[in-house]
Amino acid sequence: MLAEMIQRLLERSLDDSAQARARGGEWLSGLWTELSEMGLPLALLSEDQGGFGLTGAEQGEALRLLGRHAVPLPLAETMGANRLLAAAGLPLAEGAAGLARADGLTLEGGRLTGTVERVAWGEHLDCLALAVGDRLYRVPRSGWSLAATGHAANYHPRPSLAIDWQADEGAALPHCPLAEGATLRAFQIAGALESALDLSISHTGTRVQFGKPLSKNQAVQHELARLAGELACATAAADLAAEALARGDVLGVAAGSLRAREAAGTGASIATQAHGAIGFTREHRLHLFTTSLWTWRDEFGGQVQWAKLLGSAALDAGTAGYWPMVTTL
Amino acid sequence: MSAIPFPAPPADSETVIALRAEVRAFLAEELASRTDRQRSDSWCGADKDFSRKMGQRGWLGMTWPKRYGGHERTAYERYVVVEEMLAAGAPVGAHWIADRQSGPSILKFGTEEQKQYFLPKIAAGELYFSIGMSEPDSGSDLAATRTRAVRDGDVYRVTGTKVWTSFAHQSDWAIMFCRTSGTPADRHNGTSQLLIDLKNTPGLTIRPIIDLAGQHHFNEMHFEDAAIPASQLLGSEGQGWAQVMSELAFERSGPERFLSSIELLYQLIAILRGRQSDAAQITLGRLTARLAVLRRLSRSVTSMLQEEQDAGLQASIVKDVGALFEQSLPDIARELVDCEPDPLAASGYAAVLANIVHNSPSWSLRGGTREILRGIIARGLGTR
Repeated sequence: MLAEMIQRLLERSLDDSAQARARGGEWLSGLWTELSEMGLPLALLSEDQGGFGLTGAEQGEALRLLGRHAVPLPLAETMGANRLLAAAGLPLAEGAAGLARADGLTLEGGRLTGTVERVAWGEHLDCLALAVGDRLYRVPRSGWSLAATGHAANYHPRPSLAIDWQADEGAALPHCPLAEGATLRAFQIAGALESALDLSISHTGTRVQFGKPLSKNQAVQHELARLAGELACATAAADLAAEALARGDVLGVAAGSLRAREAAGTGASIATQAHGAIGFTREHRLHLFTTSLWTWRDEFGGQVQWAKLLGSAALDAGTAGYWPMVTTL
Repeated sequence: MSAIPFPAPPADSETVIALRAEVRAFLAEELASRTDRQRSDSWCGADKDFSRKMGQRGWLGMTWPKRYGGHERTAYERYVVVEEMLAAGAPVGAHWIADRQSGPSILKFGTEEQKQYFLPKIAAGELYFSIGMSEPDSGSDLAATRTRAVRDGDVYRVTGTKVWTSFAHQSDWAIMFCRTSGTPADRHNGTSQLLIDLKNTPGLTIRPIIDLAGQHHFNEMHFEDAAIPASQLLGSEGQGWAQVMSELAFERSGPERFLSSIELLYQLIAILRGRQSDAAQITLGRLTARLAVLRRLSRSVTSMLQEEQDAGLQASIVKDVGALFEQSLPDIARELVDCEPDPLAASGYAAVLANIVHNSPSWSLRGGTREILRGIIARGLGTR
């Protein structure tokens, strides 16, 4: 039911001209207000924490919808930040929130200083759920200034933030913001791949060349089948990551996140090829999804970082321990 | 929306956890002397003594009713046994087809007499099946079957040739797809399945087809006016196509569709373990992620089979993506470790590599080619 509400809202309030404005750096405050009023920033919280107590499947569906519509707001991050803040017993965000880990910050005389790199929509956030070592801080907007601009592959802002904040005690870190973020991104990737597949089926079914729709060519059909396979993998990978996150298993998060990242690249490439030249333009909607896939697959830790984490655990498990490890993921 | 849905896989209950531990303990003891080269045969390795031991443990026919020798366990419990067997390189080949699809087909379509005769013996690990589908002129195009069974009183008179019949020389019976009426132009209509006694059928000749590795798994089965008792018709005459299609979800979704080269992965881990190499860690991480997600998809299909839902499309995805994974391993291994494959070495990395290199091309052919699977998926997407 929540999914239907989100779907309707996004179909109504997020059109391609809004996407273009967001790509230029405009904060879509009206859309943010509508999504907030629906309660989405709290969608990953239990009822005890003030959320709706959604099941894992319902949470996943909501997150995939954010990818399916390439929502140009840090809503997934805010949902994840609130889950982390709630688990830590810290106050929730009052607006949009960022999610970051920055172990290079220094804490001297109670003052937290240093740079947090590339925070999505950093200028527009109410607060930052920031992990430093094994502590989680809720850094308010007054605690940072803009250090440098930066942009994602979909042109959404990724400024770096100069933190200078008289820190409170914070709280023990419940789980790593990178694991949280990587899980959110896996769902968004799966959602964007849903749109990439739908658009590819629609385009190849209507575009006529050599006297027949492109999708009547077996070579095209087989590529669409591959895309459906990558989508199935990304969706399962996101679910796998979310279940692992819930039980505190970072290796499971790594596995799910890695497979979703891989599907993002393969899927974007198949979808663009299926569209031909129009898929390479801003005149067609496909680019909203491909550029977001190329954004999300490299965030919250990179592929190399996550692969080394999982791969070194696999090597440590050794020949005899490898399969038992796989069955816990 | 065109995404193909996979339900959440079943949870690991206490029963499942205990079962997995029991299977692992059994395998550690039973397979202690099995070489890495032997393990790399995966489900092409066969040992009838081992199959009987599995039957004694209650690990064959696991989901079938107790009155037919089954154990009324869940599809997921069977999945756990099967994946542990494959992961350990157990010699499951003798009973593989019987337990996976012949038994379930007999259970679904067989007469009471057929069920009572075959199922308890399969569940005991004492009776083994092969599948007679492909023919010299009918491979992926199964409906073009030319093997013909003509009713003649109490028997069908069968003439024709089946090829690529794995283990026909070692199995006891086969379920054979053939034409009982009409012509190949009638396509799906007029086809049937017959139960064939491979050991006692005058007019049936079984001849080996040696594969490129020099191994004898395949056979040709030639029927020359062979008299098959009409009581050996499986299901309904003329319904062969629908019956065969219902087997395919069992045939295409299991862990054998992505674990065929797992022994090579173990060998790779043994070699790379001490290297502290970024490339080794990254590669192992990515492979492990692919494997973990394939397991999840395969377990999802298990829950669909448990609920008796149509999982043909999902199974095709598991097999297509799974074959890409298991076939990718030799080349990925070659990027990390230099080794000349040696097919006659008794054990070790060179022997395993050779066995996997030789056999991996078959993994996107057997049980439905990559092209057939992608055609099925494309149809599911509405593009055909």
